[in-house]
Amino acid sequence: MTAAPPDLECRAVTKAFADFVAVRGVDFSVPAGSFFSILGPSGCGKTTLLRMIAGFADPSSGEILIKGRSMREVPPNRRPVNMVFQHLALFPMMSVGENVAFGLRRRKVMPAEITRRVEDVLARVGLAGMSGRRIEQLSGGQKQRVAIARCMVLEPDVLLLDEPLGALDLKLREHMKVELKKLQSEFRTTFVYITHDQSEALVMSDTVAVMNHGVFEQVGSPRDLYFQPATAFVAGFVGDANRWQGRVEALSGNAVSIRTEDGLVLRAHAADGALAASDAVAVFVRPEAITLSREPAAMLGLDTGIAATITGILFNGANSRALVKVAGQREFEVAIPQTGAFAGLSVGDVVHLGWRADQARAYRAPRP
Amino acid sequence: MTASPAIRRITLALLLAPLMLWLGLLVVIPHIDMLLLSFTEKTGVRQYQPGLANYRTFFVEPVYWTIFLRTALMSILATLLTLVIGFPVAYFIAKLARGRSKAFLFLLCLVPFWVSELVRTFGWMILLRETGLVSGALQALGLVSGPVELLYNDAAIMVGLVYTSMLFMVVPLITALDSLDDSFIEAGYDLGGSGWSILREIVIPHAMPGIVSGSIVVFMLSLGNYLTPVLLGGKDSLWFTGAIYTQFITRFNWEQGAAFGMLLLVLSSLIVWLGLKLSGQTLSRTVG
Amino acid sequence: MKSRTFALALATALVALVPQAQADTLRLLTWGGYAPQNVIDLFKAETGHDVEVTLSNNEEMISKLRATGGSGFDLAQPSQDRILGPQLEFGIYKPLDLEKIDASLFIPSMLEATKVNTTVDGQIYGIPHIWGTDGLVVNTAAAPDVDDYIDLCDPAYAGKVSYRLRRPTLIAFAFSMGLDPFAAYGDTAAYEGILSQVEAKLRECKANVKTYWGGGDEITGLIRSGEVVAAMAWDTGGWALNAENPDIRFIAPASGAMGWIDTFVIPSGGEADEAAYAWINFVMRPEIAAMITASAGNFTASQGADELVDEALKARYQASFPAEAVDNINWYPPVPAGLESLEGAVLDRVNAS
Repeated sequence: MTAAPPDLECRAVTKAFADFVAVRGVDFSVPAGSFFSILGPSGCGKTTLLRMIAGFADPSSGEILIKGRSMREVPPNRRPVNMVFQHLALFPMMSVGENVAFGLRRRKVMPAEITRRVEDVLARVGLAGMSGRRIEQLSGGQKQRVAIARCMVLEPDVLLLDEPLGALDLKLREHMKVELKKLQSEFRTTFVYITHDQSEALVMSDTVAVMNHGVFEQVGSPRDLYFQPATAFVAGFVGDANRWQGRVEALSGNAVSIRTEDGLVLRAHAADGALAASDAVAVFVRPEAITLSREPAAMLGLDTGIAATITGILFNGANSRALVKVAGQREFEVAIPQTGAFAGLSVGDVVHLGWRADQARAYRAPRP
Repeated sequence: MTASPAIRRITLALLLAPLMLWLGLLVVIPHIDMLLLSFTEKTGVRQYQPGLANYRTFFVEPVYWTIFLRTALMSILATLLTLVIGFPVAYFIAKLARGRSKAFLFLLCLVPFWVSELVRTFGWMILLRETGLVSGALQALGLVSGPVELLYNDAAIMVGLVYTSMLFMVVPLITALDSLDDSFIEAGYDLGGSGWSILREIVIPHAMPGIVSGSIVVFMLSLGNYLTPVLLGGKDSLWFTGAIYTQFITRFNWEQGAAFGMLLLVLSSLIVWLGLKLSGQTLSRTVG
Repeated sequence: MKSRTFALALATALVALVPQAQADTLRLLTWGGYAPQNVIDLFKAETGHDVEVTLSNNEEMISKLRATGGSGFDLAQPSQDRILGPQLEFGIYKPLDLEKIDASLFIPSMLEATKVNTTVDGQIYGIPHIWGTDGLVVNTAAAPDVDDYIDLCDPAYAGKVSYRLRRPTLIAFAFSMGLDPFAAYGDTAAYEGILSQVEAKLRECKANVKTYWGGGDEITGLIRSGEVVAAMAWDTGGWALNAENPDIRFIAPASGAMGWIDTFVIPSGGEADEAAYAWINFVMRPEIAAMITASAGNFTASQGADELVDEALKARYQASFPAEAVDNINWYPPVPAGLESLEGAVLDRVNAS
């Protein structure tokens, strides 16, 4: 007996254009009912990958399978996938109901049945009774939901979403993240979501693939990506991090001692395998992983401890940061815990900073 | 500043002056003049009186309303043919062609307009006449045994009208189709639509303002065309503008010609209005 | 169309309001070939007057002058039968001052006949310039037995004949059907009777016609290419074609060629009368008239000019017009006002049949 095939599987998918390769040998599979995100900067190839899954582009090589069935030669209108477009592409000449019914009409569903299913799906996305509205009468969030309903009414095996939150304002975007996640768990449909916004990917996804230059750098849970980034790119792209360039001074197992280019000495964890002495490395330390104190004693028990001067305060509520500087070295950022203990912190104050070795991750520097 | 509203008013008046002069001198005044003329009956040598005789002639004498009806029907047919031929052309230029080839194809549509309508029409006469290129080619290919006359019939008029009108259909269609985001078409496919259903439900409704404005222009141009029907239609070239020309120029019957002109204006507006009603469009949406 | 005509009228009216600083420019409204450049140059050299030529035809000349109330041109050349009616209706011409014309330059009989036909209220409005005929241009190899207008309706030549759909055709067919339309000019009822017979004939004949021709170049092209083998057309076109192909001949029809005389008239708003009279006296000189014959293809009313005309043209003329054919020419009498609208209705019905 064999296990049920994954909803979506890509095998060594490559897309080469005349002058560059957009997607290079991408392999992954998405289990049924999960929320899978592809996160990457613009131009990384994620849109091309999504369009190949939807059927708007053909892979140069490799294979895409949906529920175990090869999609080779299957045109977009015959694939069991539907897509929520970046700008939603709701048909402006049709009402909400007509938009949602479009796919059902193509499947020659009986009119009474269409009406029932349209009302049903609109109710599920919280738009009950809105089927007569015109598209331009809807708010941004309502349009999102219509776009999703238009796809979900067709009960696709996989729903593809192409940065649908990009055009929304910040508040609504935060709200829609939660809503999308809820909808996905309600419908229990497999979502494949592409975005350049790490927060969207981290909040909603079961699994995130970080893509760069046409390849997947790392595929894992949001927690993995955040705490155990596999590559320097992931460490820099997912979450915020202070970055230093330096060389290995001493090492024992995965614990390394590094001297940065401007002379700072830190202890770190070798994150991508064995390093050797005097290897060039990049070290990443998240601002929120740094312990901040006015007392040097607080640094006891931490692997790295330094004293620095505050050069700037970036107040941003829960995300407030301090810019700090050790004489003769460059500035870096430290999170300010909003417990009230640091309310009086100001420029010029001398503070003590420290972190554990496993919170500083060293990667072999890419060869120039 | 107390003077500024006055200055603004003068500036506005100066800006509008050329348009108003043009409208007033060349559009409004002649039409009023013509309206008055059309209600003038000629009763004898240099004797005129107000009356409806010229309009009565149109409705009582079957020749004239038959000519009008024929002109209107042929113009509608020409409009439909232009739309059917022009739509794929416009779609190709707007949606499929890219970069330089797009500009080149657009330029190709413009080329016929580098020469005058007369020259274009003579071009068709050279092609279609009995001793013309098409007849000769057909004979050379052995498809026909003797010379064939392709000129002087309704089909020849239709060819000429469609050819002359094509640009005026293609340009608004390209504008309308250009504004259709490709993602609408992709979304249509993605949701299971076929090429035909996407065309019918998404592309055509989106292009409707372009279709309507193009159709109005082509219809009015065809209806108001004079050279093409006269030269290509030969002895069967009954065209209402021809009837108006005849009244004005060869009959010296300006009163009758003016009445025909007013009738053309009113009846063609009526047809356009009907067309807008039937297609569910409004003029403001089409031009706006 | 309609607004264009009015725009034209309006524009012409506006131009006419501007005072003519140079009254010695002669604005001549005439037919193609009647004012060749070499003649204009000679005239300018001799008198200093410039000539500005506008080409037209009978109907357009009258329409243009009507639109402007007779101004915009200083000299016009309508046919002698189209002076009386338009003058009565629209008053677009001014009486001629015969003192200023050198009568000795004219063929006396033609001058007298034209004077009679262009007299309105005792005033003379026109004097003759160029005359010619409408008849049959026949490709005698392809259509050997066409010798009258009515023969154009012979089914043997179906699709290969042509004529204009204009008033000369109505008149010519009436003669060839044995009727006399000119005698009925004064009797509307009788004239309508004749017109209805002609209408029936032309409707019947329509199937035979390839196309109703409009311009001289059009009919010349159709006959030259062999698409048309017989047509009612102007003599000059026939003679020109004869020079290219001896089979094509201009034939004076059995019922008589239709004779026309184009005249000189001065529009009522003319502003350069002196230049106009100078032009008339200049072009009627035999040697100048012969130059115009060479350009237009038709003979003039200039006394003695025929002697100077090219021998080939003279030979063609004599072949088309033996002495009895000249006597047989039906010269157009003046068209009474209002007749054209009767004819117009007939032409419209034939066109629509």
